[in-house]
Amino acid sequence: MSFTLNRRTALRGMVNGMAVAVGLPLLDAFLDGNGAAIAATGAPVPVRFGTWFWGLGVNPPRWYPSKIGADYDLKEELAAIAPLKHKVNILGDFSLPLDGKPNLPHISGGIGIRTGIAIVSDRGLPAPSFDVAIGDVIGTRTRFRSLELSATGDPRNSLSGRGNGNLNPAEVSPGALYTRIFGPDFRDPNSATFTPDPALLARRSVLSGVADQRQALNARLGAADRQKLDQYFTSVRQLEKQLDVQLTKPEPMQSCLVPQSVADRPVNAEIENVMANHQVMTDLLVMALACDNVRVFNMNFNNGASSLTRIGSTITHHQLTHEEVMDNRLGYQPEVTFYVNKCMEAWTYFIKALDAVQEGDRTLLDNTLVFAHSETEFAKFHTIDNIPMMTAGSAGGRVKTGLHIAGEGTPVSRVGLTLQQLMGVPVDTWGTDSMETNKPVSALMA
Amino acid sequence: MIRALSLIVALGLTACSAEKAPQSASAEPSFAPLKEPLGQIVAMRRLTEAQYRNSIADIFGSDIRVAGRFEPIVRPVHELIATGATSSTISPAGLEQFDAMARAIAAQIFDADHRAQFMDCAPRDAAVPDPDCAARILVPMGRYLFRRPMTQEEVAAYVMMAGKATESSGSFHKGMELALAAMLVSPHFLYVVESAEPDPESPGGLRLDNLARASRLSFLLWNTTPNDALLKAAEQGQLTDPVQLAAIAQRMVRSPRLEDGVRAFFADMLLFEKFDEMAKDQIVYPRFNPDVASALSEQMLRMIVDQLVTQKGDYRDLFTTRRTFINRALGPLYQAKVTSTQGWVPYEFAPGDDRAGLLGQAGFLALYAHSGRSSPTLRGRAIRELLLCQPVPNPPGNVNFTAVQDVTSTAMPTARMRLNAHNSDPVCAACHKITDPLGLPLEKFDGIGAFRRQENGAPIDTAGLFEGVAFQGNVGLGKALAASKSTTECVAGRAFQYATGRVPEDDGALAGGIEQDFAKDGYRIASLFLRVATMPQAYRIAATPLVAPQIAMTTRTGVHP
Repeated sequence: MSFTLNRRTALRGMVNGMAVAVGLPLLDAFLDGNGAAIAATGAPVPVRFGTWFWGLGVNPPRWYPSKIGADYDLKEELAAIAPLKHKVNILGDFSLPLDGKPNLPHISGGIGIRTGIAIVSDRGLPAPSFDVAIGDVIGTRTRFRSLELSATGDPRNSLSGRGNGNLNPAEVSPGALYTRIFGPDFRDPNSATFTPDPALLARRSVLSGVADQRQALNARLGAADRQKLDQYFTSVRQLEKQLDVQLTKPEPMQSCLVPQSVADRPVNAEIENVMANHQVMTDLLVMALACDNVRVFNMNFNNGASSLTRIGSTITHHQLTHEEVMDNRLGYQPEVTFYVNKCMEAWTYFIKALDAVQEGDRTLLDNTLVFAHSETEFAKFHTIDNIPMMTAGSAGGRVKTGLHIAGEGTPVSRVGLTLQQLMGVPVDTWGTDSMETNKPVSALMA
Repeated sequence: MIRALSLIVALGLTACSAEKAPQSASAEPSFAPLKEPLGQIVAMRRLTEAQYRNSIADIFGSDIRVAGRFEPIVRPVHELIATGATSSTISPAGLEQFDAMARAIAAQIFDADHRAQFMDCAPRDAAVPDPDCAARILVPMGRYLFRRPMTQEEVAAYVMMAGKATESSGSFHKGMELALAAMLVSPHFLYVVESAEPDPESPGGLRLDNLARASRLSFLLWNTTPNDALLKAAEQGQLTDPVQLAAIAQRMVRSPRLEDGVRAFFADMLLFEKFDEMAKDQIVYPRFNPDVASALSEQMLRMIVDQLVTQKGDYRDLFTTRRTFINRALGPLYQAKVTSTQGWVPYEFAPGDDRAGLLGQAGFLALYAHSGRSSPTLRGRAIRELLLCQPVPNPPGNVNFTAVQDVTSTAMPTARMRLNAHNSDPVCAACHKITDPLGLPLEKFDGIGAFRRQENGAPIDTAGLFEGVAFQGNVGLGKALAASKSTTECVAGRAFQYATGRVPEDDGALAGGIEQDFAKDGYRIASLFLRVATMPQAYRIAATPLVAPQIAMTTRTGVHP
């Protein structure tokens, strides 16, 4: 099989933007053996990966099932997922060893899970987050390499990036997200005709010119700035690829329905507004996946030190976790728990929306692997062992589902390693110091 | 309208006094391509949103619309965005946005309404490439956008891009548009590229070269791209000469454009990006609306600019001044009558009014408060970290906060009482005794910075303590800050970091040295800016070993499974 045949190669057959139907096979190397075919075209169904983040953890006794393994029980705070329990795994009892480094509240946990590194000080992501490594394998053939979203309004609310403190900024406005995906640059994969836009061809050649500056710049650079430039030129290449995709007749996608445009909505941290924005953004993301414009995503429901507010409450979700008195009769903080329940309600909406799209005899959720996690176990005490995590979907049959898996105190980096291996990243050891591991969570692997 | 590239009569550097925005174009611009090789790159600092917008407005005119979302530059903890910009990359999503902005800007410049201003030649045939004319248009643009003359290779590359795009689109103007859009997404525009040359003063060492110094001066002092006069001074080698460098920097700090530099510096030092995320509870604070929110940061900047630039006042008096500005939206919050229906008017607090000084402004008080109530701890921490450069430790990871306040408690109606209860735990008290004595004096201002006499019906005690001196209220706090060396050393150190984009190893000693000169000059901001714009240390490049990136992935083997 030729791995070098990419869309750019196919483009060479195109002359001056004339309408040429160049049907590109989806040569996803590791899909060929496992991917199911869409009935209409015979092309394999793409596998997608994404994360869904929520801040400030849960009340562990009210969230974690008692039973380990299949047919786990649902406690109050997980009750919302009941209809899709058989497609969801619960991951608990993993540790995040710090090796004597400080526990930076609301920071160490999320970054530890995403990079396998206990950070020394808050200078952002110290290394690539594993979703980026996965994107490098499965996200290179779509219009967007990945989509980052934040429902609470801050573009810095993102745990995805290539390291050195930088992050992939999150889209915060549903209206802007709509325009970015389904605006004038969108090509309907199910459209009967396809004419490459000559203006796009011109832009494509201009971007090649930008990329050509690399050598002259590199000659003048030290290593640190060269690395920064590498990231810049990776972004340029991605933009070139977006144009290549735009210039190529897309594979028909049976379930792709272009959504109605989205009006501008307020963007803020008020919980009901966040719920509504999360729904609109989820719906847009689901269609972007169904239309195969993107295969990798990072949805951030709220931020680590959650700034969620509720009308009439004087302090934020985060402040409540520290200041609200534990209700001795209930055994938990009721105002905080209101937000925990909202997070799980939003998570359930998210996976239901994926599951509602049919792709052949599977659903979009079945063809996706979603990894959901928080950044603390119990926010009142900033604990970072036993951080709640879940997966949903089986990535086209490669992941077992419906399990409650206990890590028995082993490092949480095992989860990141497993997810990368499941998605075809060639990595056998991942994480640093006590989080360095070569032991994937085999119970997840089908 | 004054734009660098239009053919309007030149304003020299010295003509800066009367008018704002004299981004001067010289009568005889030197637009020849650069022949000698470019120097070694020692730093790449990403343009901030304000610097990008100012550059476009100064080069092409303020009627060119810049619409889009800017990828945020991540602020390292306890540092400036200016130092974060030195390690900032551009993500795929960020570049997508820069590309969209670039195309929209280029389309405006070569549209039928604007293009005549930027083209001093016409193509022989508007449907086919004309390399000579393309070069005549792109070379001056490139010089302003890249802050140096383009190399011959670059000119050839952009002219070729324009030519190819002209061929495929059948329009010379479309071709120019695409070539300009490519320049606008080039790393030479999106980053301020600092290049260096051997330092004759220190064998083996490096110093910023002339053209890099032009950018340094312009972004530091005016927060915009260097103009023709400054580029020309650099091309003539004036900026490595200490006497000429000082003379040019002198002229620049005397320009009214220093206001833009001072605004940008304080917006960075005081974490103004937090205003974008500030949310207040509508039930607790019905008076708080979007008009109020957007006026808060502007009021603080107007007070800062008035005291430090317009009045040429002492930095220490910023914490006690009674002069501020107010607009209609802020009237109710300040219980002040604002008769002007539009814009900002000067406003003076009565003698003894507890509002005096920067910390009495609603913007500071609201930013460092919760969504529905004040916070002496957040305010005290902000004063320590931002104005005194004294980082406060984070709350320990595993502390039990159960003893903390119940806001509805009738037994403990005020924040001081609730914090006292919380501080019966010595672990908590260790940090709160650093922060709270600076925040409690501000307790007569609620979570949006409105004045109040009581909290939950109980009188408010505004006693505070700083460096062993007890005082009352915001006025006392302002005087205490004004009297402290830490206050002036902090701003002096920040100015150096802001100018250079780095935190020096000997940060404390260096800040102390700058502070001494600052003191001699009566703590005038212009002299502080002049000092960091001309001191040789700011242009010297330390030969630091390059640290390899930390990568978690240790081995890569075959595909699993």
